[in-house]
Amino acid sequence: MPDPMTLTLDPIACDGHGLCADLLPEMIRLDDWGYPIVDRREVPPQLMAHAQRAVTACPVLALRLRAARRARSV
Amino acid sequence: MAAVDPRTPEAPSGLPRLLAATPASNGPADLAGHRTLMPAPPSPRRGADRALIDEVERAGLLGRGGAGFPTAMKLRAVASGRRRPVVVVNGAESEPASRKDLLLLTTRPHLVLDGALAAAAAVGADRIEIGLDTDEAAGAIETALAARRGAERPSATVHIVRVPRRYLSGEERSLVRAIGGGPAIPALGPRPFERGVDGRPTLVQNVETLAHLAQITAFGGDWFREVGADDEPGSRLVTVSGAVARPGVFEVAGGTPVANVLRAAGGRRDDVSAVLVGGYFGAWIDVEHALPVRLTDGDLAAHGTAFGAGVIWFLPRGACGLRETERVASWFAGQTADQCGPCVHGLASIAGGLVSLVGGGGRDEAARLRRWSDDVEGRGACRLPDGAVRFVRSGLKVFGADIERHRIDGRCDAALDQTLLPLY
Repeated sequence: MPDPMTLTLDPIACDGHGLCADLLPEMIRLDDWGYPIVDRREVPPQLMAHAQRAVTACPVLALRLRAARRARSV
Repeated sequence: MAAVDPRTPEAPSGLPRLLAATPASNGPADLAGHRTLMPAPPSPRRGADRALIDEVERAGLLGRGGAGFPTAMKLRAVASGRRRPVVVVNGAESEPASRKDLLLLTTRPHLVLDGALAAAAAVGADRIEIGLDTDEAAGAIETALAARRGAERPSATVHIVRVPRRYLSGEERSLVRAIGGGPAIPALGPRPFERGVDGRPTLVQNVETLAHLAQITAFGGDWFREVGADDEPGSRLVTVSGAVARPGVFEVAGGTPVANVLRAAGGRRDDVSAVLVGGYFGAWIDVEHALPVRLTDGDLAAHGTAFGAGVIWFLPRGACGLRETERVASWFAGQTADQCGPCVHGLASIAGGLVSLVGGGGRDEAARLRRWSDDVEGRGACRLPDGAVRFVRSGLKVFGADIERHRIDGRCDAALDQTLLPLY
């Protein structure tokens, strides 16, 4: 059983490309200005593959997956 | 620490403490005059002064820069790092309506310097950086440092760092970056108490906090608690303005109700319609509810605000609180570091929404502003957007009747050329 993961976003790096919200609408929605609002809860196992795809798709590497217990240090 | 050497100056009883006048006539930078009020602080050495930190804990001193964090906890965290700590004096008084830190820096510079040295002794620092955002403050501190060069050469290096007069200059990570030669804008990463100036554990403390620390070091934690309330020990500086006859900086006992502050500043309840408590990082409270509130973070939390940097601003009856809210929201939008999308775009949209609300936008516009406020909160690298939306939400709540009046008439009875809250 892998460690529970959460999504974290670097708000300075994020340019609001919005690909992440297309790939993981269950956990990411865009605000009125096109920037992602990320669900900070643990990523459910059935969404992990989608989450990984969203992370890989981010052109500025602003979106990351972290072990849930470390996520607060961002 | 509690035992005071009988030869040292006597601890002042009652108030004022921080604002006590220096008896000498040679101006605020007169060190000899200052020493008639205060003994010299201990010299910083390698290693923490645990007894001094315990004394600060006994005092129950809470930070006076805005966050209200227990100072002893911060001292302990900084002192527990592996490398030699740095002390940063945060004299960037970013609240436009606040004047208390400038007053301390210009009238009691030696008290602030004593506090910085006491803090350095507490954590074992050998370096003090003083961040300042005005010429007056920098001039006063330079003169005070020069006065010490012969008499009391400090056993720590002391530098002044000038930062721009912007809201973010006082944000602790911004200030640490500016001291390192970078821009005074926030960054992500470790907090300064873990890794700050040159990667060393760094104690960032507000000017007033350090002034209290100097007095606690000299007179003890029990003395500190003789004034104030159990949940808000000691005295506090508040900057009062708006609908009062005597605006200015007052030293009040912790837990003093807002009504007493109004009276002290020569204001009358009938002349006031709402109170901004905690400055622009605080919240509006309507006058009925505001006056009995005690100035403690616990009591203010029930009204969605905190003591913050101690700004209390009385909105004159007949002035337009909605328009004042819009002016401050527009100012917030201009203070962004241009880094985080939700802050840059969200605060601009919120300011624009308030302009249209003042022009008669009505309930739909207000509902959209509430949604935007929820969306922006917690999404910046620093707390600037959070403060902005807290302030805006309180304005939407307290000035609900004005929103309706503006919708019907397209404006209100207040004179539109009347601009009240100070901005920079």
